[in-house]
Amino acid sequence: MNNFNRRDFLKTGAALAGLSGAGLAGALLPASMAQAQSTAGKIRVGLMLPYTGTYTPLGVAITNGFKLAVQERGGKLGGREVEYFVVDDESNPAKAPENTNKLIQRDKVDVLVGTVHSGVALGMAKIVREAGVIWINPNAGADEVTGALCAPNIFRTSFSNWQNTYALGKVVKQRGHKTAVFITHKYAAGDQMMASFKDAFEKEGGKVVKELYLPFPQVEFQALLTEIASIKPDAVAAFFSGGAAVKFIKDYQAAGLKGKIPLFGPGFLTDGVLEEVGDAADGMETTLHYADGLDTKKDNAFRLAYVKAYKLQPDVFAVQGYDAGQLLAAGLDTVKGDINNKAALIKAMEAAKIDSPRGVWTLSKAHNPVQDIYLRKVVGKQNKVMGVASKALADPAHGCKA
Amino acid sequence: MDFAFVLIQLLNGLQYGLLLFLVASGLTLVFGIMGIVNLAHGSFYMIGAYLAWSLAGMLDSFAAAILLGVPLTVVLGMGLERLLFQHLYHRDHLYQVLLTYGLILVFEELRSVIWGDDVHGVAVPALLSGSIPLTDNLSYPIYRLVISGFCLLLAAALYWLIQKTRLGMMIRAGSSNREMVQALGINIKMLYTLVFALGVALAAFAGMIAAPVSSVYPNMGAQVLIICFVVVVIGGIGSVWGALLASILIGMTDTFGKVLLPEYAGMSTYLLMVLVLLWRPEGLFKRG
Repeated sequence: MNNFNRRDFLKTGAALAGLSGAGLAGALLPASMAQAQSTAGKIRVGLMLPYTGTYTPLGVAITNGFKLAVQERGGKLGGREVEYFVVDDESNPAKAPENTNKLIQRDKVDVLVGTVHSGVALGMAKIVREAGVIWINPNAGADEVTGALCAPNIFRTSFSNWQNTYALGKVVKQRGHKTAVFITHKYAAGDQMMASFKDAFEKEGGKVVKELYLPFPQVEFQALLTEIASIKPDAVAAFFSGGAAVKFIKDYQAAGLKGKIPLFGPGFLTDGVLEEVGDAADGMETTLHYADGLDTKKDNAFRLAYVKAYKLQPDVFAVQGYDAGQLLAAGLDTVKGDINNKAALIKAMEAAKIDSPRGVWTLSKAHNPVQDIYLRKVVGKQNKVMGVASKALADPAHGCKA
Repeated sequence: MDFAFVLIQLLNGLQYGLLLFLVASGLTLVFGIMGIVNLAHGSFYMIGAYLAWSLAGMLDSFAAAILLGVPLTVVLGMGLERLLFQHLYHRDHLYQVLLTYGLILVFEELRSVIWGDDVHGVAVPALLSGSIPLTDNLSYPIYRLVISGFCLLLAAALYWLIQKTRLGMMIRAGSSNREMVQALGINIKMLYTLVFALGVALAAFAGMIAAPVSSVYPNMGAQVLIICFVVVVIGGIGSVWGALLASILIGMTDTFGKVLLPEYAGMSTYLLMVLVLLWRPEGLFKRG
């Protein structure tokens, strides 16, 4: 199996395709001319996102959102047309360096947009820091990206893992709960969300009496649910997403815990799964930087345009992709499309005030959104906004020296 | 943790173990008895789960979905055996690994094309959707107990089939010497097609039965594949009882590992495998 796997197969295929492509281009243009063309002509945007595997819908939503932002500006950013270079990162951290280099070195992109999976994003960060190319991260929440690994050319338009659960910790305490159990998969995102929840909850005088972990990506919760029942905390906070979230919410109800011990979570727990969990999530409160029913002019217009363009309902990931486009547009408009004037571009992006469907946000010093975290409640099949859990919350950017 | 909760955790471990056996039973047959390395086992499990979801949606009945879905997967298994697997029995195991790994990729793409990449839940049949209260704040879903019952039944049926019937005797003989069995006038080709199809159907059936408790999502097969191989290896290749015992052992180890040593829970089952293999390299039960 080690001798010939899918990667080798794809490589062979890509090499063949590359050969024929390069041959064609080489015949038409001398290399130097092709290069000159690219700097004077279009903005080269590299999209490095998952288009296969579990995170495919997220990759697609981000791509759609980004392209919508560009289309709304007549297909141009800073007066220049946009050319896309797309790489499927398969959410595979092992391939992150290779895929990042493909876009930076082979395709010579001016801007890199990606990705969903934090492990892949950390792989990208190392290369991007050295290459100096502008990188906009439209999802991956790893605290390090705008923490220890922060750099002038690294931007994020989504959230840090720290943000949503920090707001959650305060909410759970405000509900009058004194003890809580936190349950999640044993991996980096779970650890980071657990830590910030605990930080906020205990700062307010609560106590996290037990941290429960499950090996990623296992979904056999029964033993841990029994453990929760025996501990009898005032509240439970959980972070899972996708299939694991569906199963956890349903199992929580089936174990008879729903209604006895209230279940909270960052919004990822209930986003995109409400159709599937039935009534098991009814009344659950979560925190996230986006919500249903915001009913602002910007959000309504965005939702309408998105549905019209893609025949799909937008979600938080589409918003993050859309804002990645908006952030880049804001920067390029200021420098009039001069992508090579990097210092001015970065300064312009730093100063941008993004009028997002989620509400207006700005960037922190480490380039993470300073944004309102909403308190939401599951009503029917919606994550209905109930108010703001934490106003203009900025990530503390632990370890950022830039 | 007081005594009542220790008992409930024992029940959890047993129930999880039986669920594992259900999933691994098809692999026990195909890999353990027939000796075919089938990495696509997890894919058949996934196909079963997705079939249960889409058929239950169409027919509005979970039971009808299973009744219609199982024959479909038998046909799928027979087709695959005839088209692909039967050409590889004489070759090295590596060819089977290559083929079945390729099948994983093919089925994963097909699933994406046919059913999409979204997560789905399957409702527990209304008749079995209740729970039995155990303590003041914990109850046990009836459906999980029903699954356990199914698993025990299945284990007994498999044992009977392989050890006590003429068919089982032919299967066992065929896996140790194909040519000799053929020389004795048994249609070994047909037999293998049938047994392979049964293995596929078992994996898919497990996916269907487990769908309401596990939910349905892309790549779900990959998660069960490794643990299935662990079950067969610990149990001893070719032994149904071994696989059952191994499943329950793993269920217990996993359950108590999670509760007592949460930081290292990911390792506990593999540690168990290492210990068993050090003690008995051929697994708990030898082929008997």
